[in-house]
Amino acid sequence: MSAVTAMDPHLLNWAALFGQCLLLSLLAVGGAITVAPDLHRFLVVQHAWISDNQFNASIALSQAAPGPNVLFVALLGLQVGLNAGGGSGAYAWSLGLLGVAVTMTAILLPSSLLTYTATRWAHQHRQRRVVRAFKAGLAPIVLALLVATGWLLSAVHDDPARDAGLWLLTAATALVVWRTKLHLLWLIGAGAVLGAAGWV
Amino acid sequence: MNTPDAADTPERPASCRALFLAFTALALQGFGGVLAVVQRELVERRRWLTPTQFIEDWAVAQIMPGPNVVNLSMMIGGRHFGWRGALAALAGMLCAPLAVLLVVAALFVQVADHPLAQGALRGMGAVSAGLILATGIKLLAALRDNPMGRGACAALALAAFTAVGLLRWPLPVVLPVLGAAGWAWAWWCLRSGRSDQA
Repeated sequence: MSAVTAMDPHLLNWAALFGQCLLLSLLAVGGAITVAPDLHRFLVVQHAWISDNQFNASIALSQAAPGPNVLFVALLGLQVGLNAGGGSGAYAWSLGLLGVAVTMTAILLPSSLLTYTATRWAHQHRQRRVVRAFKAGLAPIVLALLVATGWLLSAVHDDPARDAGLWLLTAATALVVWRTKLHLLWLIGAGAVLGAAGWV
Repeated sequence: MNTPDAADTPERPASCRALFLAFTALALQGFGGVLAVVQRELVERRRWLTPTQFIEDWAVAQIMPGPNVVNLSMMIGGRHFGWRGALAALAGMLCAPLAVLLVVAALFVQVADHPLAQGALRGMGAVSAGLILATGIKLLAALRDNPMGRGACAALALAAFTAVGLLRWPLPVVLPVLGAAGWAWAWWCLRSGRSDQA
């Protein structure tokens, strides 16, 4: 896909990353994962600070580990820092941890402050038309963004001869999750085994 | 510090420390999403929330921007111990899982160039795409009760998917424009009283 370059660890670039996450924090209506497509656009397409594969690996690793799925943002920050510091070694890891701090602070701060201050108002006025209209009006858009995220993760792999197995695995996973209550960890594990064995 | 409705809960956390530990424990159980664990731990086991309070809080947590379960944890912590409770719940939700994730990532970097690791990640990536797709598909059923009606819902969803998924337009442009349209349309539909008959 796109050539892997790295971020020049300049203050202005860190500020741009911080600013983008601040902005996305306030736009993450419907969950953190809905900002994944825009982070992909910003980090991979616009700046080429991380590669397509690194982006997908960050999402996959954060899904495989426990905790809120907003932590995928921390892994993206880590990857930006690691790339900027040359990939490995103490310098790269210190930039990686800086990336974690920058992205997590920015993605959490505005939404948390807003939530904390607005919670009581919304709780007291949950029957008001303006609150119900906001929720109803945003619902279909939020769901479409979820589907768009799944779509973008698949669309990275665009060679039918090589990637047909991957598409099949994605479709089969979606079907199993939709129709059964199988623990998600089994599916992640099955994906890892199928991938390591070279079957997809 | 307490809000009036804190008195209505069957039980309450003893301290900020108890909040922190409770949220740490449940976040570490949440593989592929924490919400189901929050419901089981806080409503059924610890009884810090009634089921009705849980549903109402979850609705508000979804309305607000930011990670839903993080918002929910802050709302619960804040209700009992003000801003210190909100911070304790937030820290519990994030600190331990973040440490685990960084260790996993560090281990993965050691083997990242190995073909087996590359293959495993390729497979896991395909699975997580499927998980996200299925979550979206499952929740589509909830649109049936939407006051805007199916046609408007489908149009908004299709527009959002096309703009972000196919045309790859930036979210900071797409969401405010479509969101304002949806908000205004839902406002109008609710005003005409259609939802009261449903």
